[in-house]
Amino acid sequence: MAERPAHNYTGFLGWVEDRFPLMETWNKHLAQYYAPKNFNFWYYFGSLAMLVLAIQIFSGLFLAFHYKPDADLAFASVEYIMRDVPSGWFIRYMHSTGASAFFLVVYLHMFRAMIYGSYKGKRELLWLIGMLIYVALMATAFMGYLLPWGQMSYWGAQVIVNLFNTVPYIGNDLSVWLRGDYVLGDAALNRFFALHFFVPVIVLPALVFVHIVALHAVGSNNPDGVEIKQGPKGNRWSPDAPADGIPFHPYYTVKDILGVAVFLLIFFSILFFMPEMGGYFIEQPNFEPANPLKTPLHIAPVWYFTPFYTVLRAVPDPWYGTVAMFAAIIMLFLLPWLDKNPVKSWRYRNQAHKINLLSFAVVFLVLGWMGVEAVTTVYKELGTRMTQIYFLFFVVLWLHSYPAKVNYTKWFGILLAVVVLYDLVFRLNLEDSEATWQMVLQFIWPVIYLAATLLLPAFKPSFNQEKPVPDRVTG
Amino acid sequence: MKKFITRLLLVLSIALPVASIASEEVSLEKANIDLRNQQSLQRGAKYFVNYCMGCHSLSMSRYNRVATDLGLTPEQVQKNLIFTRTDGELSKVGELMKNGMTPKYGNEAFGNAPPDLSLEGRLRGADWIYSFLKAFYKDPTRPLGVNNTVFANVGMPHVLWELQGMQELQHAEAAEGEHAAANAHAEPKLVLATPGKISLAEYDRVVLDITNFLVYVSEPGKLHRQAVGIWVVLFLLVFIVVAYFLKKEYWKDVH
Repeated sequence: MAERPAHNYTGFLGWVEDRFPLMETWNKHLAQYYAPKNFNFWYYFGSLAMLVLAIQIFSGLFLAFHYKPDADLAFASVEYIMRDVPSGWFIRYMHSTGASAFFLVVYLHMFRAMIYGSYKGKRELLWLIGMLIYVALMATAFMGYLLPWGQMSYWGAQVIVNLFNTVPYIGNDLSVWLRGDYVLGDAALNRFFALHFFVPVIVLPALVFVHIVALHAVGSNNPDGVEIKQGPKGNRWSPDAPADGIPFHPYYTVKDILGVAVFLLIFFSILFFMPEMGGYFIEQPNFEPANPLKTPLHIAPVWYFTPFYTVLRAVPDPWYGTVAMFAAIIMLFLLPWLDKNPVKSWRYRNQAHKINLLSFAVVFLVLGWMGVEAVTTVYKELGTRMTQIYFLFFVVLWLHSYPAKVNYTKWFGILLAVVVLYDLVFRLNLEDSEATWQMVLQFIWPVIYLAATLLLPAFKPSFNQEKPVPDRVTG
Repeated sequence: MKKFITRLLLVLSIALPVASIASEEVSLEKANIDLRNQQSLQRGAKYFVNYCMGCHSLSMSRYNRVATDLGLTPEQVQKNLIFTRTDGELSKVGELMKNGMTPKYGNEAFGNAPPDLSLEGRLRGADWIYSFLKAFYKDPTRPLGVNNTVFANVGMPHVLWELQGMQELQHAEAAEGEHAAANAHAEPKLVLATPGKISLAEYDRVVLDITNFLVYVSEPGKLHRQAVGIWVVLFLLVFIVVAYFLKKEYWKDVH
């Protein structure tokens, strides 16, 4: 075993430090952890995600004191919390608002990583662990949403569990195994409750811990994508520390307090004045108890799942739709290996790459919007086109890895041909003239997308121009 | 960079197809409820226990909670608002507002058990309840002789008919002459055929009071929640200012 560093702590702190690396850990991860000094707005969301996790765990604990995971009692026990438990409404709204806040914060955190290339530079594992957190979060949210046992809880879970039905050969057995019954009922509710406690309380904190260990081993990226550890050494606090680094504590703890305060202002404004958030955070049909005999006219998952729900619905075959939905998530895991461009931050990448990232954000939002709407011919086609662009994004991202070498026009042709081929082989149905017309009309979306990300840099050199990355962080 | 975002947004806003979504929903009348109007809530509670509660329970709500929130004493509620029985005896004020209607009996009598209305105010909203209660009309083809324009083929009788009277549905096609074509697309209108005990304006108030009460009972703590919220928001606004200057002070030596 390696010797522990000597310390100067005296008294009780010294006594503890001799026996436990209290200040050693504090220094390693906070007081002497040197973070780049140029973090901007996008860097609030990591600490906010941890805050929301804490809110969810503690509000969830108090809810579990009063909640009954029983198909006959669950719905009424939630209303018991809302009415009879002192301040129960506050705990419940903390939890329901917190669920949406969690996804909002995590989506922004993930987009930050994409625009500044934070999955690069030995940060692949950091990204993968983060993606595992995201998947665990989705599983947790999905299982938690069943617990109030309202109509949307029930039918939302019904749709998702039935997805496993579509798996060839083992589908039926698999979904029975998941439900613990032939129908969604008490058995499923009970195990979802157990898992909804286990995953966020044991698995999530463990993953978050590993996420931070990985981050602090490699060091934080920053808006310039410059590795401060490879830059000059020596700052006011230590001769060996990166010159562009500042101690996380107190600088970023104080800054994050401001971020937390602004976040809480928004969070509590929603909680106290519009806890249903117009039906997006708490859906109206969920004020009716689950009824297995009455299917709601329009089943929409909660907003944070809707982008993937649209991907699912965009593919007519249920099994391939399910595969597409999971593929949409798996693609995100692969980002570090798709984007091979050595330049991390979009600040110094070409304009086409920026257009690509912004398009992805817009496409994700439109996919989310389509997921809450009832299916019409126009919306169905829009959802399908956005799904196509969602997957095209990853190919274009890979192409932008080599802006100087890639043959843009050739790839424009190839990718457009793939889209046309897919449309002709899998989607064209001439008997449905309205759908065909929409298919032709909305072909414009992939054309615009591919033209903006591949043809612009091919014909206008200014769109393909990368900027030199500075040696030191700016600002 | 900013130029790109604006350009992108511009392109998208021009190119987005104008999607027209045909709305199948019936137009609802606006209910101007006021949760602070305790007299309206008290009247609403009175109408509810007299007219509605025979079939519809409020099984998530307690009598004494209603008493507290509506400015009544438990004794007043016990004496005036409790008609339900628990194990044969008149319910106590601390009990849930359940009635004797079993789902089985409800299903047999109406085809569908009358739903519990504890959360109706949040499930359907004030406008829906208000419009629904005003939308019953005579329809001899239905088992109970009435139908409803807001909830077609509803299994519920027009409980408030002796107050409102009976309406009839007047189809626009009936109109003759040169306006017939123009009226063809107009919605059918409800017309009062037999007047009830009270005027239409008074009936509107009765329905509004019931709506107000049902919205209140769907979230009894709503006013309290908003009152607490104001203080939380005010505190955070002050705290943000403090946090901002604290951050500024700490960061003044970072260049």
